[in-house]
Amino acid sequence: MTKDPNKTARERTPWGRIARDGLWGNNVVLAQMLALCPLLAVTGTTTNGLGLGLASLVVMVASGLLVSSLRGLITPQVRIPVFVLIIATLVTLVDLAMNAWLHDLHKVLGLFIPLIVTNCAILGRAESFASRNRIAPAAFDGLMMGVGFTLVLVTLGAMRELIGSGTLFANASLLLGEAMGFLETTLIPDYRGFLLMILPPGGFLALGFLLAGQRLLKRLPTFKRRSQSASLASPG
Amino acid sequence: MSRSLPQTFTDRDGIGYQALLLAGFALAASVLLVVGNLVTKGPIAERKAEDLLASLEQVIPAELHDNDLLANPLMIPRSSLNSNSSSSSSSSRGRHGESEIIVYRALQGLDVTAVAFETLGQGYAGPIRVLLGIGVDGRILGARVLAHSETPGLGDKIEIARDDWITDFNGRDLSDPPPEQWAVKKDGGVFDQFSGATITPRAVVAAIKGGLETFAAQRDALTASAVITTEISQ
Repeated sequence: MTKDPNKTARERTPWGRIARDGLWGNNVVLAQMLALCPLLAVTGTTTNGLGLGLASLVVMVASGLLVSSLRGLITPQVRIPVFVLIIATLVTLVDLAMNAWLHDLHKVLGLFIPLIVTNCAILGRAESFASRNRIAPAAFDGLMMGVGFTLVLVTLGAMRELIGSGTLFANASLLLGEAMGFLETTLIPDYRGFLLMILPPGGFLALGFLLAGQRLLKRLPTFKRRSQSASLASPG
Repeated sequence: MSRSLPQTFTDRDGIGYQALLLAGFALAASVLLVVGNLVTKGPIAERKAEDLLASLEQVIPAELHDNDLLANPLMIPRSSLNSNSSSSSSSSRGRHGESEIIVYRALQGLDVTAVAFETLGQGYAGPIRVLLGIGVDGRILGARVLAHSETPGLGDKIEIARDDWITDFNGRDLSDPPPEQWAVKKDGGVFDQFSGATITPRAVVAAIKGGLETFAAQRDALTASAVITTEISQ
């Protein structure tokens, strides 16, 4: 069952499908339910979510590239340790680079960057996609999965930050430079804060609502069709 | 393995290939990490020094010193009143164990005008690191929380970025308030606690009081002998 789609993927690259899968249909969080630990840990603010999302994105693209270009070399017997080694090396390099050149953000995210190693989504994509596809699609898949993951992180972060402390993109200039400081907005002035949303339980709650919303959106076309046929049927 | 066949599955299934493959990747990963470490080592050390200096400047006013605060710090043992050995170790910089406190000194000429060091409190969710600046007269110049893992929204009011609570310590010393009132209001002291978080401010108050006591116990070593130790270390 897994062989046939891969064969067709080798013949002509379904860029659109890869993009759709990564962003929505097979989204790391919304569909695969992976990477929830770093997700819930960092999304107290939008900026933190964006930061971890971008770091994961870099690792995902790079691991897609590497795993795909080395796939002729790696044997099935030792593939898992080799993938883990590649990913761990990449994460360590990203960690070092961020500590050196994005130091303020690293102070915020430092604890969570090593967690990217345990992000099973990256190993999952290496195993199920990058090791079976050419380099360009593998990198593109990493990019799309990373963008999908980042979008969820930012959405969740925005939900929690808005309800929890009434701001959006607080400290964004630490991540994106002073030029992007205009993103920092206080939407509800003199807001006392709703602590629960910032704390871990708030993460679970927000994720629950996000998933419910996604299920609803996925079913919307069916609902529409059903209600249309119902409204067509009732007058007749 | 020595067969000159084109790559076949039997060849690659051999244990030798697997071992070599894994070893090769481990080697490549190590090389990459060493290179990465070498490239980023300098910038990371610079960033850390900048961080430390920025914190030090918050607890020691600029007009009190004309030296580089990071230069020639003193090492004093954490809980020993004997400070004879501290002067000899002042020239060695870098990482020291928890048994020693690194004391940064503000000098004007060769006179010590203030010192700053880190003191620890046991908070609700882990240790709280407080940087404490103390003038030679034993009064607090400033205190800042460097790191903590307290509850966001409740305990994090100890951060200067969120609340000016920590500035309440400015100008105080061990006799102001009297020792028995060096506590949060709930414990009969003078310092405010936060609604919903008493353990956190209690820990900070205890850490700062502990820092003042350390300073009082080692005052001579930290201030009067500064000239001598500077000469030794130079």
